[in-house]
Amino acid sequence: MAETVTPAPAVVTTVDAGRNAAGEKLMVLNMGPQHPAMHGTLRLVLELDGETVVRCRPEMGFLHTGFEKLGEYRSYNQFVTVTDRMNYLSAINNNIGWAQACEELWGVECTPRCRRLRVIMGELSRLSDHILCVGLQAMDLGAFSVMLWGFARREQLYDLFERVTGARLTNSWTRVGGLMQDVPADFVARVKAVTDTFPEIIDETDKMLSKNKIFTGRTRGVGVLSAEDAIAYGVTGPVLRASGVEYDLRRARPYSGYEKFDFDVPTQTDGDSFARFQQRLEEMRQSVRIIRQALVDIPGGPVNVDNYKLSLPAKELVYTRMEEMIHHFKLTMIGHGPYPPKGEVYSATEAPNGELGWYLVSDGKRNPYRVRVRPPSFYHFQVVPKLVEGRLISDLVAVLSSLNVIAGELDR
Amino acid sequence: MDAAAPHDEPESPPAGEKPSLSEELYLPEILKGLATTFKHLIRPEKFTVEYPEKKKPIPQNFRGEHALKRDAQGRVKCVACFLCATACPSECIHITAGPTPPEWTDREKYPTKFEIDMLRCIYCGMCEEACPCDAIELTSKFYQVSETREEKYFGKDTLLRQPMKREYPDQG
Ligand code: SF4
Ligand code: SF4
Repeated sequence: MAETVTPAPAVVTTVDAGRNAAGEKLMVLNMGPQHPAMHGTLRLVLELDGETVVRCRPEMGFLHTGFEKLGEYRSYNQFVTVTDRMNYLSAINNNIGWAQACEELWGVECTPRCRRLRVIMGELSRLSDHILCVGLQAMDLGAFSVMLWGFARREQLYDLFERVTGARLTNSWTRVGGLMQDVPADFVARVKAVTDTFPEIIDETDKMLSKNKIFTGRTRGVGVLSAEDAIAYGVTGPVLRASGVEYDLRRARPYSGYEKFDFDVPTQTDGDSFARFQQRLEEMRQSVRIIRQALVDIPGGPVNVDNYKLSLPAKELVYTRMEEMIHHFKLTMIGHGPYPPKGEVYSATEAPNGELGWYLVSDGKRNPYRVRVRPPSFYHFQVVPKLVEGRLISDLVAVLSSLNVIAGELDR
Repeated sequence: MDAAAPHDEPESPPAGEKPSLSEELYLPEILKGLATTFKHLIRPEKFTVEYPEKKKPIPQNFRGEHALKRDAQGRVKCVACFLCATACPSECIHITAGPTPPEWTDREKYPTKFEIDMLRCIYCGMCEEACPCDAIELTSKFYQVSETREEKYFGKDTLLRQPMKREYPDQG
Protein backbone atom coordinates (compact mmCIF):
# COMPACT_ATOMS: atom_id res chain seq x y z
CA MET A 1 0.00 0.00 0.00
CA ALA A 2 1.29 3.42 -0.88
CA GLU A 3 2.38 5.48 2.02
CA THR A 4 0.02 8.39 2.62
CA VAL A 5 1.97 11.57 2.79
CA THR A 6 0.32 14.47 4.46
CA PRO A 7 1.62 17.63 2.84
CA ALA A 8 3.32 19.78 5.38
CA PRO A 9 1.63 23.06 6.04
CA ALA A 10 3.51 26.09 4.87
CA VAL A 11 4.47 27.12 8.36
CA VAL A 12 4.68 24.56 11.08
CA THR A 13 4.70 26.00 14.51
CA THR A 14 3.47 24.74 17.80
CA VAL A 15 1.52 27.95 17.96
CA ASP A 16 -0.81 27.01 15.15
CA ALA A 17 -1.51 23.76 16.91
CA GLY A 18 -2.30 25.79 19.98
CA ARG A 19 -0.03 23.64 22.16
CA ASN A 20 3.24 24.27 23.88
CA ALA A 21 6.32 22.05 23.81
CA ALA A 22 4.94 19.88 26.59
CA GLY A 23 1.76 19.28 24.62
CA GLU A 24 -0.43 21.41 26.85
CA LYS A 25 -3.05 23.59 25.31
CA LEU A 26 -2.28 27.29 25.08
CA MET A 27 -4.64 29.76 26.64
CA VAL A 28 -6.21 32.38 24.41
CA LEU A 29 -6.64 35.73 26.08
CA ASN A 30 -8.39 38.72 24.62
CA MET A 31 -6.70 41.87 25.73
CA GLY A 32 -8.92 44.77 24.88
CA PRO A 33 -10.79 46.44 23.33
CA GLN A 34 -12.00 47.50 26.76
CA HIS A 35 -9.01 46.69 28.89
CA PRO A 36 -7.83 49.41 31.27
CA ALA A 37 -4.24 48.97 30.17
CA MET A 38 -5.08 49.33 26.50
CA HIS A 39 -4.58 52.80 25.15
CA GLY A 40 -7.84 53.24 23.37
CA THR A 41 -10.02 50.62 21.79
CA LEU A 42 -7.27 48.30 20.64
CA ARG A 43 -7.50 44.56 20.76
CA LEU A 44 -4.73 42.03 21.08
CA VAL A 45 -5.48 38.33 20.84
CA LEU A 46 -2.84 36.60 22.90
CA GLU A 47 -1.94 32.95 23.07
CA LEU A 48 -0.35 32.31 26.42
CA ASP A 49 1.80 29.55 27.72
CA GLY A 50 1.62 30.26 31.40
CA GLU A 51 2.51 33.92 31.53
CA THR A 52 4.54 33.90 28.36
CA VAL A 53 3.04 35.40 25.25
CA VAL A 54 3.53 32.82 22.52
CA ARG A 55 1.60 34.61 19.87
CA CYS A 56 0.09 38.01 19.67
CA ARG A 57 -2.34 39.11 17.01
CA PRO A 58 -3.26 42.79 16.96
CA GLU A 59 -6.71 43.60 15.73
CA MET A 60 -7.92 46.98 14.69
CA GLY A 61 -11.20 48.42 13.56
CA PHE A 62 -12.99 48.93 16.84
CA LEU A 63 -12.91 52.68 16.46
CA HIS A 64 -13.52 52.76 12.75
CA THR A 65 -15.14 56.07 11.98
CA GLY A 66 -14.87 56.45 8.24
CA PHE A 67 -12.79 59.61 8.52
CA GLU A 68 -11.12 59.09 5.17
CA LYS A 69 -14.42 58.52 3.40
CA LEU A 70 -15.85 61.55 5.13
CA GLY A 71 -13.07 63.55 3.55
CA GLU A 72 -14.74 63.06 0.17
CA TYR A 73 -17.87 64.77 1.45
CA ARG A 74 -16.33 67.74 3.19
CA SER A 75 -14.56 70.70 1.74
CA TYR A 76 -10.86 71.18 2.36
CA ASN A 77 -11.48 73.66 5.15
CA GLN A 78 -14.23 71.66 6.78
CA PHE A 79 -12.11 68.53 6.95
CA VAL A 80 -9.76 70.12 9.45
CA THR A 81 -12.37 69.41 12.12
CA VAL A 82 -12.03 65.72 11.35
CA THR A 83 -8.25 65.76 11.64
CA ASP A 84 -8.64 66.88 15.26
CA ARG A 85 -10.38 63.68 16.04
CA MET A 86 -7.78 61.43 14.46
CA ASN A 87 -5.17 62.15 17.06
CA TYR A 88 -6.91 63.83 19.90
CA LEU A 89 -3.71 64.18 21.91
CA SER A 90 -1.93 66.37 19.42
CA ALA A 91 -4.77 67.80 17.36
CA ILE A 92 -2.81 70.88 16.42
CA ASN A 93 -0.10 68.84 14.72
CA ASN A 94 -2.78 67.09 12.71
CA ASN A 95 -4.35 70.42 11.76
CA ILE A 96 -0.98 71.71 10.60
CA GLY A 97 -0.27 68.56 8.61
CA TRP A 98 -3.62 68.78 6.86
CA ALA A 99 -3.34 72.47 6.08
CA GLN A 100 0.12 71.94 4.71
CA ALA A 101 -1.03 69.14 2.44
CA CYS A 102 -3.79 71.37 1.07
CA GLU A 103 -1.38 74.25 0.57
CA GLU A 104 0.96 71.98 -1.36
CA LEU A 105 -1.97 70.94 -3.51
CA TRP A 106 -2.89 74.56 -4.18
CA GLY A 107 0.74 75.50 -4.60
CA VAL A 108 0.53 78.41 -2.19
CA GLU A 109 2.87 79.23 0.63
CA CYS A 110 1.47 80.72 3.80
CA THR A 111 2.74 83.92 5.32
CA PRO A 112 5.90 84.06 7.45
CA ARG A 113 3.85 84.87 10.54
CA CYS A 114 1.58 81.91 10.01
CA ARG A 115 4.51 79.59 9.54
CA ARG A 116 6.19 80.79 12.70
CA LEU A 117 3.03 80.45 14.75
CA ARG A 118 2.55 76.96 13.39
CA VAL A 119 6.03 76.02 14.56
CA ILE A 120 5.37 77.34 18.06
CA MET A 121 1.97 75.76 18.46
CA GLY A 122 3.11 72.52 16.87
CA GLU A 123 5.97 72.19 19.32
CA LEU A 124 3.72 73.06 22.27
CA SER A 125 1.37 70.36 21.11
CA ARG A 126 4.29 67.96 20.90
CA LEU A 127 5.15 68.79 24.50
CA SER A 128 1.64 68.03 25.66
CA ASP A 129 1.59 64.76 23.73
CA HIS A 130 4.96 63.56 24.99
CA ILE A 131 4.39 64.51 28.62
CA LEU A 132 1.17 62.53 28.56
CA CYS A 133 2.79 59.54 26.89
CA VAL A 134 5.67 59.52 29.35
CA GLY A 135 3.25 59.89 32.24
CA LEU A 136 1.06 57.06 31.03
CA GLN A 137 4.08 54.87 30.54
CA ALA A 138 4.93 55.45 34.19
CA MET A 139 1.32 54.99 35.27
CA ASP A 140 1.02 51.66 33.52
CA LEU A 141 3.99 50.49 35.55
CA GLY A 142 2.56 51.78 38.79
CA ALA A 143 4.03 55.26 39.20
CA PHE A 144 0.89 57.33 39.36
CA SER A 145 2.21 60.63 40.72
CA VAL A 146 4.55 61.17 37.79
CA MET A 147 1.58 61.21 35.50
CA LEU A 148 -0.36 63.63 37.66
CA TRP A 149 2.53 66.07 37.88
CA GLY A 150 2.82 65.92 34.15
CA PHE A 151 -0.90 66.56 33.91
CA ALA A 152 -0.59 69.71 35.95
CA ARG A 153 1.85 71.09 33.38
CA ARG A 154 -0.24 69.82 30.54
CA GLU A 155 -3.15 71.78 31.96
CA GLN A 156 -1.13 74.94 31.51
CA LEU A 157 -0.63 74.03 27.88
CA TYR A 158 -4.29 73.28 27.37
CA ASP A 159 -5.26 76.61 28.88
CA LEU A 160 -2.99 78.21 26.33
CA PHE A 161 -4.54 76.22 23.48
CA GLU A 162 -7.96 77.23 24.73
CA ARG A 163 -6.93 80.86 24.68
CA VAL A 164 -5.45 80.66 21.20
CA THR A 165 -7.84 78.35 19.40
CA GLY A 166 -11.05 78.51 21.43
CA ALA A 167 -11.10 74.84 22.31
CA ARG A 168 -9.01 72.60 24.48
CA LEU A 169 -8.95 69.34 22.59
CA THR A 170 -10.57 69.74 19.20
CA ASN A 171 -8.71 72.82 18.14
CA SER A 172 -9.44 73.01 14.38
CA TRP A 173 -6.91 75.75 14.35
CA THR A 174 -5.62 75.89 10.79
CA ARG A 175 -7.28 76.83 7.54
CA VAL A 176 -5.99 76.32 4.04
CA GLY A 177 -3.53 79.12 3.57
CA GLY A 178 -3.48 80.30 7.15
CA LEU A 179 -5.06 80.05 10.55
CA MET A 180 -8.54 80.44 11.92
CA GLN A 181 -7.48 83.62 13.70
CA ASP A 182 -4.39 85.46 14.83
CA VAL A 183 -3.02 84.74 18.28
CA PRO A 184 -4.05 86.93 21.23
CA ALA A 185 -1.88 89.80 22.41
CA ASP A 186 -0.55 87.99 25.47
CA PHE A 187 0.51 84.97 23.44
CA VAL A 188 4.25 85.46 23.70
CA ALA A 189 4.13 86.04 27.45
CA ARG A 190 2.06 82.93 27.96
CA VAL A 191 4.32 80.76 25.85
CA LYS A 192 7.31 82.15 27.74
CA ALA A 193 5.66 81.08 30.97
CA VAL A 194 5.41 77.57 29.57
CA THR A 195 9.01 77.41 28.42
CA ASP A 196 10.11 78.70 31.83
CA THR A 197 8.25 76.09 33.83
CA PHE A 198 8.16 73.10 31.55
CA PRO A 199 11.83 72.01 31.71
CA GLU A 200 11.39 71.49 35.44
CA ILE A 201 8.84 68.74 34.97
CA ILE A 202 10.97 67.11 32.28
CA ASP A 203 13.92 66.97 34.64
CA GLU A 204 11.76 65.83 37.50
CA THR A 205 10.28 62.98 35.47
CA ASP A 206 13.78 62.06 34.39
CA LYS A 207 15.03 62.08 37.97
CA MET A 208 12.09 60.11 39.32
CA LEU A 209 12.13 57.34 36.76
CA SER A 210 15.43 57.01 34.95
CA LYS A 211 17.20 55.44 37.90
CA ASN A 212 14.15 53.94 39.53
CA LYS A 213 14.85 50.24 39.98
CA ILE A 214 11.30 49.13 39.37
CA PHE A 215 10.87 51.28 36.29
CA THR A 216 14.19 50.39 34.71
CA GLY A 217 13.73 46.74 35.65
CA ARG A 218 10.48 46.65 33.76
CA THR A 219 11.51 48.68 30.75
CA ARG A 220 15.21 48.07 30.08
CA GLY A 221 15.66 45.31 27.56
CA VAL A 222 11.90 45.01 27.14
CA GLY A 223 10.47 45.26 23.66
CA VAL A 224 13.75 45.74 21.84
CA LEU A 225 13.27 46.96 18.30
CA SER A 226 16.38 46.86 16.15
CA ALA A 227 17.08 49.62 13.69
CA GLU A 228 16.64 47.25 10.73
CA ASP A 229 13.29 46.01 11.97
CA ALA A 230 12.15 49.52 12.70
CA ILE A 231 12.89 50.57 9.15
CA ALA A 232 11.39 47.38 7.71
CA TYR A 233 8.14 47.94 9.58
CA GLY A 234 7.92 51.58 8.54
CA VAL A 235 8.11 52.85 12.10
CA THR A 236 8.80 56.57 12.44
CA GLY A 237 9.08 59.24 15.05
CA PRO A 238 10.40 58.74 18.58
CA VAL A 239 10.10 54.97 18.28
CA LEU A 240 12.39 54.91 15.25
CA ARG A 241 14.86 57.34 16.77
CA ALA A 242 14.95 55.33 20.00
CA SER A 243 16.24 52.47 17.87
CA GLY A 244 19.13 54.62 16.73
CA VAL A 245 17.98 55.87 13.34
CA GLU A 246 18.44 59.59 13.01
CA TYR A 247 15.44 60.50 10.92
CA ASP A 248 13.24 63.44 11.65
CA LEU A 249 11.15 65.12 8.98
CA ARG A 250 11.78 68.49 10.57
CA ARG A 251 15.39 67.95 9.60
CA ALA A 252 15.09 65.67 6.58
CA ARG A 253 12.40 67.68 4.75
CA PRO A 254 12.04 70.93 6.66
CA TYR A 255 8.66 72.63 6.52
CA SER A 256 7.22 75.75 8.16
CA GLY A 257 10.75 77.12 8.44
CA TYR A 258 12.22 74.46 10.74
CA GLU A 259 15.50 74.78 8.86
CA LYS A 260 16.07 78.14 10.56
CA PHE A 261 16.13 76.74 14.06
CA ASP A 262 19.02 75.21 15.86
CA PHE A 263 17.99 71.90 17.39
CA ASP A 264 19.33 68.38 17.70
CA VAL A 265 17.71 65.20 16.55
CA PRO A 266 18.38 63.03 19.58
CA THR A 267 18.67 59.27 19.21
CA GLN A 268 19.05 56.35 21.57
CA THR A 269 20.85 53.09 20.99
CA ASP A 270 18.94 50.37 22.83
CA GLY A 271 15.58 50.49 21.10
CA ASP A 272 13.79 49.18 24.18
CA SER A 273 10.90 50.67 26.14
CA PHE A 274 13.31 52.57 28.32
CA ALA A 275 15.04 54.08 25.30
CA ARG A 276 11.68 55.24 23.97
CA PHE A 277 10.97 56.87 27.32
CA GLN A 278 14.33 58.63 27.29
CA GLN A 279 13.82 59.60 23.69
CA ARG A 280 10.59 61.40 24.47
CA LEU A 281 12.21 63.28 27.34
CA GLU A 282 15.02 64.39 25.03
CA GLU A 283 12.58 65.46 22.35
CA MET A 284 10.71 67.58 24.84
CA ARG A 285 13.94 69.34 25.72
CA GLN A 286 14.56 70.01 22.04
CA SER A 287 11.01 71.27 21.58
CA VAL A 288 11.47 73.78 24.37
CA ARG A 289 14.67 74.85 22.64
CA ILE A 290 12.86 75.38 19.35
CA ILE A 291 10.04 77.33 20.97
CA ARG A 292 12.48 79.62 22.72
CA GLN A 293 14.14 80.46 19.41
CA ALA A 294 10.84 80.79 17.59
CA LEU A 295 9.50 83.28 20.09
CA VAL A 296 12.20 85.77 19.18
CA ASP A 297 11.13 88.17 16.43
CA ILE A 298 7.86 86.61 15.39
CA PRO A 299 7.24 88.10 11.94
CA GLY A 300 4.40 90.56 11.73
CA GLY A 301 1.77 90.82 9.05
CA PRO A 302 -1.33 88.82 8.32
CA VAL A 303 -1.73 85.14 9.14
CA ASN A 304 -3.73 84.35 6.03
CA VAL A 305 -2.52 84.45 2.46
CA ASP A 306 -3.58 87.56 0.61
CA ASN A 307 -5.79 85.75 -1.85
CA TYR A 308 -9.55 86.15 -1.73
CA LYS A 309 -9.95 83.06 -3.87
CA LEU A 310 -8.63 80.98 -0.99
CA SER A 311 -8.75 82.75 2.36
CA LEU A 312 -11.73 84.50 3.90
CA PRO A 313 -11.35 88.27 4.03
CA ALA A 314 -11.08 89.91 7.44
CA LYS A 315 -14.43 90.18 9.20
CA GLU A 316 -14.35 94.00 9.62
CA LEU A 317 -14.00 94.35 5.86
CA VAL A 318 -16.81 91.89 5.19
CA TYR A 319 -19.16 93.92 7.37
CA THR A 320 -18.32 97.19 5.68
CA ARG A 321 -17.18 96.67 2.09
CA MET A 322 -18.96 95.23 -0.88
CA GLU A 323 -16.06 93.51 -2.61
CA GLU A 324 -14.98 91.61 0.48
CA MET A 325 -18.57 90.69 1.16
CA ILE A 326 -18.89 89.13 -2.29
CA HIS A 327 -15.67 87.17 -1.86
CA HIS A 328 -16.84 86.01 1.53
CA PHE A 329 -20.06 84.69 -0.01
CA LYS A 330 -18.25 83.06 -2.89
CA LEU A 331 -15.84 81.25 -0.60
CA THR A 332 -18.60 79.92 1.60
CA MET A 333 -21.40 79.10 -0.85
CA ILE A 334 -21.35 75.82 -2.71
CA GLY A 335 -20.61 76.25 -6.38
CA HIS A 336 -18.04 79.02 -6.20
CA GLY A 337 -14.94 77.43 -4.76
CA PRO A 338 -12.39 77.51 -3.36
CA TYR A 339 -11.27 75.08 -6.02
CA PRO A 340 -7.85 73.45 -5.98
CA PRO A 341 -6.01 72.55 -9.15
CA LYS A 342 -6.40 68.97 -10.35
CA GLY A 343 -3.67 66.67 -9.15
CA GLU A 344 -2.26 64.53 -6.41
CA VAL A 345 -0.02 65.38 -3.54
CA TYR A 346 1.67 63.58 -0.69
CA SER A 347 2.69 65.78 2.15
CA ALA A 348 4.18 64.71 5.45
CA THR A 349 4.92 66.43 8.72
CA GLU A 350 6.60 65.21 11.85
CA ALA A 351 3.77 64.70 14.31
CA PRO A 352 4.65 63.75 17.89
CA ASN A 353 4.19 60.07 17.06
CA GLY A 354 6.06 60.10 13.78
CA GLU A 355 5.51 60.78 10.14
CA LEU A 356 1.97 61.94 9.57
CA GLY A 357 1.36 61.86 5.85
CA TRP A 358 -1.59 62.99 3.77
CA TYR A 359 -2.17 61.75 0.30
CA LEU A 360 -4.69 63.90 -1.49
CA VAL A 361 -6.25 63.38 -4.87
CA SER A 362 -8.08 66.33 -6.30
CA ASP A 363 -10.31 66.41 -9.35
CA GLY A 364 -10.60 70.17 -9.16
CA LYS A 365 -13.86 70.13 -7.25
CA ARG A 366 -14.74 71.65 -3.93
CA ASN A 367 -14.24 68.39 -2.02
CA PRO A 368 -11.21 66.11 -2.33
CA TYR A 369 -11.61 63.12 -4.62
CA ARG A 370 -9.76 60.95 -2.14
CA VAL A 371 -8.14 61.56 1.20
CA ARG A 372 -5.67 59.06 2.54
CA VAL A 373 -3.81 59.46 5.77
CA ARG A 374 -0.64 57.72 6.75
CA PRO A 375 -0.99 57.65 10.51
CA PRO A 376 2.12 56.84 12.52
CA SER A 377 0.18 54.66 14.95
CA PHE A 378 -0.77 52.16 12.24
CA TYR A 379 2.87 51.21 11.83
CA HIS A 380 3.52 51.20 15.54
CA PHE A 381 0.63 48.87 16.24
CA GLN A 382 1.81 46.28 13.77
CA VAL A 383 5.21 45.88 15.41
CA VAL A 384 3.62 44.96 18.75
CA PRO A 385 3.76 41.17 18.09
CA LYS A 386 7.41 41.47 17.12
CA LEU A 387 8.17 43.13 20.43
CA VAL A 388 6.14 41.01 22.81
CA GLU A 389 6.18 37.46 21.49
CA GLY A 390 8.24 35.29 23.77
CA ARG A 391 8.02 37.73 26.64
CA LEU A 392 5.88 37.91 29.74
CA ILE A 393 2.42 39.37 29.57
CA SER A 394 3.40 42.13 31.98
CA ASP A 395 6.03 43.26 29.48
CA LEU A 396 3.29 43.82 26.97
CA VAL A 397 1.93 46.68 29.03
CA ALA A 398 5.34 48.29 29.19
CA VAL A 399 5.78 47.92 25.44
CA LEU A 400 2.38 49.15 24.42
CA SER A 401 2.50 52.31 26.49
CA SER A 402 5.92 53.16 25.07
CA LEU A 403 4.56 53.05 21.53
CA ASN A 404 1.75 55.54 22.17
CA VAL A 405 -0.75 53.98 19.78
CA ILE A 406 -3.74 56.25 19.20
CA ALA A 407 -6.83 54.32 18.20
CA GLY A 408 -8.43 57.29 16.45
CA GLU A 409 -5.79 57.55 13.76
CA LEU A 410 -5.13 53.83 13.70
CA ASP A 411 -8.67 53.00 12.60
CA ARG A 412 -9.69 56.32 11.08
CA MET B 1 8.86 32.46 14.05
CA ASP B 2 11.05 29.91 15.74
CA ALA B 3 8.80 27.67 17.73
CA ALA B 4 11.24 27.18 20.56
CA ALA B 5 11.89 30.85 21.06
CA PRO B 6 8.92 31.63 23.31
CA HIS B 7 10.20 29.33 25.99
CA ASP B 8 13.64 30.84 26.24
CA GLU B 9 14.42 32.91 29.26
CA PRO B 10 14.02 36.59 28.46
CA GLU B 11 17.44 38.00 27.78
CA SER B 12 18.95 40.03 30.56
CA PRO B 13 18.65 43.79 30.26
CA PRO B 14 21.55 45.52 28.56
CA ALA B 15 23.99 46.95 31.04
CA GLY B 16 23.16 50.60 31.40
CA GLU B 17 25.00 53.01 33.63
CA LYS B 18 26.12 51.19 36.71
CA PRO B 19 23.97 52.17 39.66
CA SER B 20 25.78 53.94 42.44
CA LEU B 21 25.99 52.51 45.96
CA SER B 22 23.16 54.65 47.29
CA GLU B 23 20.96 53.55 44.39
CA GLU B 24 21.94 49.97 45.05
CA LEU B 25 20.90 50.31 48.69
CA TYR B 26 17.55 51.61 47.51
CA LEU B 27 16.45 53.12 50.82
CA PRO B 28 18.13 56.52 50.31
CA GLU B 29 16.54 56.67 46.88
CA ILE B 30 13.10 56.02 48.33
CA LEU B 31 13.64 58.85 50.79
CA LYS B 32 14.70 61.13 47.96
CA GLY B 33 11.59 60.21 46.04
CA LEU B 34 9.42 60.89 49.06
CA ALA B 35 11.10 64.27 49.44
CA THR B 36 9.96 65.14 45.94
CA THR B 37 6.48 63.97 46.77
CA PHE B 38 6.30 66.21 49.81
CA LYS B 39 7.73 69.08 47.82
CA HIS B 40 4.77 68.75 45.49
CA LEU B 41 2.41 68.42 48.42
CA ILE B 42 3.34 71.79 49.90
CA ARG B 43 4.00 73.80 46.75
CA PRO B 44 1.81 76.89 46.66
CA GLU B 45 0.65 76.45 43.09
CA LYS B 46 -2.71 74.70 42.88
CA PHE B 47 -3.91 73.14 39.68
CA THR B 48 -7.28 71.88 40.75
CA VAL B 49 -10.39 74.06 40.91
CA GLU B 50 -13.29 73.35 43.23
CA TYR B 51 -15.61 73.51 40.33
CA PRO B 52 -19.19 74.44 41.09
CA GLU B 53 -18.14 77.02 43.70
CA LYS B 54 -15.15 78.38 41.83
CA LYS B 55 -14.93 78.63 38.07
CA LYS B 56 -12.00 78.78 35.76
CA PRO B 57 -11.76 81.84 33.57
CA ILE B 58 -13.13 81.18 30.12
CA PRO B 59 -11.36 82.98 27.30
CA GLN B 60 -13.22 85.37 25.06
CA ASN B 61 -12.97 83.26 21.95
CA PHE B 62 -14.07 80.04 23.65
CA ARG B 63 -16.33 77.94 21.46
CA GLY B 64 -19.32 77.00 23.56
CA GLU B 65 -23.06 76.93 22.96
CA HIS B 66 -24.47 79.21 20.28
CA ALA B 67 -26.37 82.42 20.62
CA LEU B 68 -28.24 84.44 18.02
CA LYS B 69 -27.60 88.13 18.33
CA ARG B 70 -30.11 90.96 18.27
CA ASP B 71 -29.73 94.29 16.58
CA ALA B 72 -30.29 97.71 18.15
CA GLN B 73 -34.08 97.37 17.94
CA GLY B 74 -34.00 93.97 19.60
CA ARG B 75 -34.84 92.08 16.41
CA VAL B 76 -32.93 89.01 15.34
CA LYS B 77 -29.87 90.10 13.41
CA CYS B 78 -29.86 87.10 11.10
CA VAL B 79 -30.87 87.68 7.48
CA ALA B 80 -31.35 83.99 6.65
CA CYS B 81 -28.55 83.85 4.12
CA PHE B 82 -27.81 80.18 4.91
CA LEU B 83 -24.05 80.68 4.91
CA CYS B 84 -23.70 79.18 8.37
CA ALA B 85 -25.72 76.13 7.40
CA THR B 86 -23.51 75.68 4.32
CA ALA B 87 -20.26 76.04 6.21
CA CYS B 88 -21.27 73.71 9.01
CA PRO B 89 -19.25 70.49 8.72
CA SER B 90 -21.77 68.49 10.72
CA GLU B 91 -24.84 69.76 8.90
CA CYS B 92 -26.73 70.57 12.05
CA ILE B 93 -28.16 74.04 11.34
CA HIS B 94 -31.67 74.06 9.92
CA ILE B 95 -33.09 77.37 8.80
CA THR B 96 -36.43 78.27 7.28
CA ALA B 97 -36.48 81.70 5.74
CA GLY B 98 -39.51 83.89 5.41
CA PRO B 99 -40.33 87.40 4.24
CA THR B 100 -39.85 90.04 6.91
CA PRO B 101 -42.81 91.88 8.45
CA PRO B 102 -43.59 95.06 6.45
CA GLU B 103 -42.26 97.37 9.16
CA TRP B 104 -38.74 95.90 8.79
CA THR B 105 -37.43 98.13 6.05
CA ASP B 106 -33.74 97.17 6.14
CA ARG B 107 -34.07 93.63 4.75
CA GLU B 108 -36.38 91.26 2.98
CA LYS B 109 -35.71 87.93 4.64
CA TYR B 110 -35.40 86.70 8.16
CA PRO B 111 -35.43 83.24 9.68
CA THR B 112 -38.87 82.09 10.72
CA LYS B 113 -37.24 78.98 12.07
CA PHE B 114 -33.62 78.65 13.16
CA GLU B 115 -32.68 75.37 14.71
CA ILE B 116 -29.35 73.91 15.76
CA ASP B 117 -29.05 70.29 16.76
CA MET B 118 -26.57 70.69 19.58
CA LEU B 119 -26.04 66.94 19.81
CA ARG B 120 -24.65 66.91 16.28
CA CYS B 121 -22.72 70.13 16.64
CA ILE B 122 -18.98 69.76 17.11
CA TYR B 123 -18.40 73.34 18.28
CA CYS B 124 -15.98 74.13 15.51
CA GLY B 125 -17.04 77.74 15.14
CA MET B 126 -17.29 77.63 11.35
CA CYS B 127 -20.82 79.03 11.46
CA GLU B 128 -19.60 82.10 13.31
CA GLU B 129 -16.74 82.41 10.85
CA ALA B 130 -19.14 82.18 7.90
CA CYS B 131 -21.78 84.64 9.08
CA PRO B 132 -21.52 87.82 7.01
CA CYS B 133 -23.49 90.01 9.41
CA ASP B 134 -22.29 88.99 12.83
CA ALA B 135 -25.57 87.37 13.75
CA ILE B 136 -24.47 84.11 15.34
CA GLU B 137 -21.80 83.52 17.90
CA LEU B 138 -20.41 80.78 20.07
CA THR B 139 -20.64 81.83 23.70
CA SER B 140 -18.53 80.82 26.66
CA LYS B 141 -21.26 78.52 27.92
CA PHE B 142 -19.68 75.13 28.29
CA TYR B 143 -21.94 73.21 30.69
CA GLN B 144 -24.18 71.51 28.20
CA VAL B 145 -26.56 69.65 30.41
CA SER B 146 -30.13 68.66 29.75
CA GLU B 147 -32.45 65.92 30.82
CA THR B 148 -33.84 65.03 27.43
CA ARG B 149 -32.53 64.94 23.91
CA GLU B 150 -35.25 67.31 22.74
CA GLU B 151 -33.93 70.07 24.97
CA LYS B 152 -30.66 69.97 23.05
CA TYR B 153 -32.44 70.77 19.82
CA PHE B 154 -32.24 74.53 20.11
CA GLY B 155 -34.87 76.63 18.40
CA LYS B 156 -34.76 80.31 17.60
CA ASP B 157 -36.15 81.36 20.98
CA THR B 158 -33.60 79.39 22.94
CA LEU B 159 -30.79 80.72 20.79
CA LEU B 160 -31.96 84.29 21.25
CA ARG B 161 -32.18 83.77 25.00
CA GLN B 162 -28.61 82.54 25.35
CA PRO B 163 -26.34 84.84 27.30
CA MET B 164 -23.91 86.71 25.10
CA LYS B 165 -20.18 86.53 25.50
CA ARG B 166 -19.87 89.85 27.20
CA GLU B 167 -22.24 88.80 29.96
CA TYR B 168 -19.64 86.42 31.27
CA PRO B 169 -17.25 87.81 33.86
CA ASP B 170 -13.53 87.51 33.38
CA GLN B 171 -12.59 86.89 29.83
CA GLY B 172 -9.09 85.50 30.52
S1 SF4 C 1 -20.11 75.14 15.67
FE1 SF4 C 1 -19.59 73.99 13.83
S2 SF4 C 1 -20.79 72.13 13.98
FE2 SF4 C 1 -21.68 73.58 15.43
S3 SF4 C 1 -23.32 74.57 14.30
FE3 SF4 C 1 -21.49 75.84 14.06
S4 SF4 C 1 -20.55 75.14 12.17
FE4 SF4 C 1 -22.02 73.57 12.79
S1 SF4 D 1 -24.81 83.08 8.33
FE1 SF4 D 1 -25.56 84.56 9.83
S2 SF4 D 1 -27.07 85.77 8.73
FE2 SF4 D 1 -26.68 83.96 7.46
S3 SF4 D 1 -28.27 82.51 8.10
FE3 SF4 D 1 -26.50 82.09 9.39
S4 SF4 D 1 -26.79 83.34 11.24
FE4 SF4 D 1 -28.19 84.10 9.67
